[in-house]
Amino acid sequence: MSFTRRRFSLAAGSALAFAAKPAFAADPVKVGALYPLSGQVAKSGEDTLNGIRLAVDIINKKYPNLKMPLAADEGLPGLGGAPIELIAADHQGSPETGAAEAERLIVQSKVVALVGAFHSSVAATSSQVAERMGVPYISGESEATPLTERGYRWFFRTTPSSRTQAKDFFTFLRDINKTHNNSVKSIAVVHESTLWGQEFAKSVDAYFKEFPEFQKSIFVGYQQGTADVTSEVQKLIAAKPDAVFHASYDAEAILFARTYKQYGFNPQGIMAIGASFGSSAFRDALGADANYFFVREHWSRDLAARNPLVGEVAKMYRERYGKDMDGTPARAFTAMMVLGDAINHAKSRDPEKIRDALAATDIKGDALIMPWEGVKFDKTGQNILTRGIFVQTLDGTPKMVWPADFAAAKLVWPRPAWR
Amino acid sequence: MSEQLILQLVVSGLGMGFIFALIAIGLTLIYGVMDVVNFAHGEFIMLGMYATYLAYVTWGVDPVLSLPFVAGLMFCFGLVVYYLLIRRVLTGNMQSQIFATFGLMVFLQAGAQFVMGADYFAVRNSWLSGVVRLGDVVLPVPQIAAVVGSSLATILLYLLVFRTSIGRQLRAAAQDPQAASTLGINVSLMYALAWGIGAACVGVAASLLSNFYYIFPRVGAVFVLLAYVAVALGGFGSIHGALIAGVLIGLLQVVIGFFVSSELKYVPVYMLYLAVVLLRPRGLFGRS
Repeated sequence: MSFTRRRFSLAAGSALAFAAKPAFAADPVKVGALYPLSGQVAKSGEDTLNGIRLAVDIINKKYPNLKMPLAADEGLPGLGGAPIELIAADHQGSPETGAAEAERLIVQSKVVALVGAFHSSVAATSSQVAERMGVPYISGESEATPLTERGYRWFFRTTPSSRTQAKDFFTFLRDINKTHNNSVKSIAVVHESTLWGQEFAKSVDAYFKEFPEFQKSIFVGYQQGTADVTSEVQKLIAAKPDAVFHASYDAEAILFARTYKQYGFNPQGIMAIGASFGSSAFRDALGADANYFFVREHWSRDLAARNPLVGEVAKMYRERYGKDMDGTPARAFTAMMVLGDAINHAKSRDPEKIRDALAATDIKGDALIMPWEGVKFDKTGQNILTRGIFVQTLDGTPKMVWPADFAAAKLVWPRPAWR
Repeated sequence: MSEQLILQLVVSGLGMGFIFALIAIGLTLIYGVMDVVNFAHGEFIMLGMYATYLAYVTWGVDPVLSLPFVAGLMFCFGLVVYYLLIRRVLTGNMQSQIFATFGLMVFLQAGAQFVMGADYFAVRNSWLSGVVRLGDVVLPVPQIAAVVGSSLATILLYLLVFRTSIGRQLRAAAQDPQAASTLGINVSLMYALAWGIGAACVGVAASLLSNFYYIFPRVGAVFVLLAYVAVALGGFGSIHGALIAGVLIGLLQVVIGFFVSSELKYVPVYMLYLAVVLLRPRGLFGRS
């Protein structure tokens, strides 16, 4: 009797000990991702989220041939091999929905960090929630400058802001003028009128002082989702600028390009911020008319010539998602890698420790797929080691043409006439 | 201020305006005959555009040639929507009717994204592309085609509604369904026809739009809001009201966009609508 009772209590005790054991170190680390998965930019939202999914997969599985942090091990070694569990939420392009979803992810899904949001307007509100609730928020692709000017502790941004990107446009034109007889004198700006477009216009405006050889021509703002851009284009025709800077999402890029062709509007060069004028959707819709547009890009597949890692990751993206990677998924991918790296260094799921690890991030350029010098955040949470490139669509393919030292093709300036 | 610029602005404004008008006419017909607001009207545009695009990409059929087929397809779709959905909620209260068409809108948008993806498509190099040059003036062919196509469709519709026996029956069913049915008119069939014809109008507009606009699941939203304004402005139930209001809106947005501000170009449209609603609620030509 007492023998079996002892055995029983021994067995029961060990069973209870197992049941009461705290969470395994290998339990997944939950990260929330906020992106527009329905609505006007659903395509871009999904493509961007796929960049993050790819990064999560590389972190979670073993890829010993990829020379980047966390690729060779399974999961996060600093947390006993714990995998990252990505929980995606659709903010539909609405700042209010973004904030609500951020709160839901933090409170109900108990994520340790947030990644997002494509739209700067949604990044603004959702990161506000994260700041209030003490959860790290990393943005790989929301560019509006004010996002890092709010004095937040919990917000980090790996992508360059609109302001730093605007400067690249002027640097580029100054370079063009050196080899093309100073032919560019006036600059016009066409921009959509939400936070992103307005910020770009403001940033460009501020740089005319630093680059006095250029004059400000007309600035045309337009409503996203406009049915017709005739009045906008006619204003540009009347102003006769030498160069046009564009801040547009995919849809209007197509509309503007077609309307430019209709009215024969042909400045020396049209250069865009954001991938729209170089995207596959744009090239499919316009065919040969997509040629000669410039895009100030964050990333190009041509970078693989300098760093093979770029080609390998781009190939994986293409194989899994059936589309070519472009600058936005590439940056989202990078942001997720930076976050994974920080959580790994923090060796903890505690948001405060993750935040501190993010603030101390120091990743070298060759571990990234971006043309940056590295990732290092300043006091405001902005990555200060970024660099831009210009890509021009030639013969239907976007080719990196600037800076000249790692150009894959020679740039064409001025634009030839519309055929 | 050159004449060529004014002419270009006018042609473009008319082009967009006639498209808004045709969409609005489809909407006002449905409302006029049976007092139901079709919240899924924008999605009818979207479906028509996808149909045009798919015909172009699969069989190489130019939008000009597929226009009658797209109109016919949308006519059948309108009938289907009536028989499967609308007929059941007609006996209910107004909220049910609103929810029914609103739900249809959400379903069609999500369905389109599910089937076709969220990508943007465009018909490249249709026959009605390019420009016509009259001296210095550049007139885009798609916009001219929109004016011509929409005008023809409107004239045909007018003839149908006011000069045929079916049209008389439609108007009778609209005026007083009970009296009409005692006279032997099949009111339910008239309602179905209203949906079919309303959808067919949108099909024509969608086909014309495909010559120059890009196609994606939410494309309806871009045009339908202005179409609702045109219907309210012109007067619910009035075909020529919708026509005039649509054209007016098209011209207004291009003129304000050029001379005042592109960001605010729809503001005067909505302000005009507000003024009409406050001062003359039945719209310019509506019945009181």
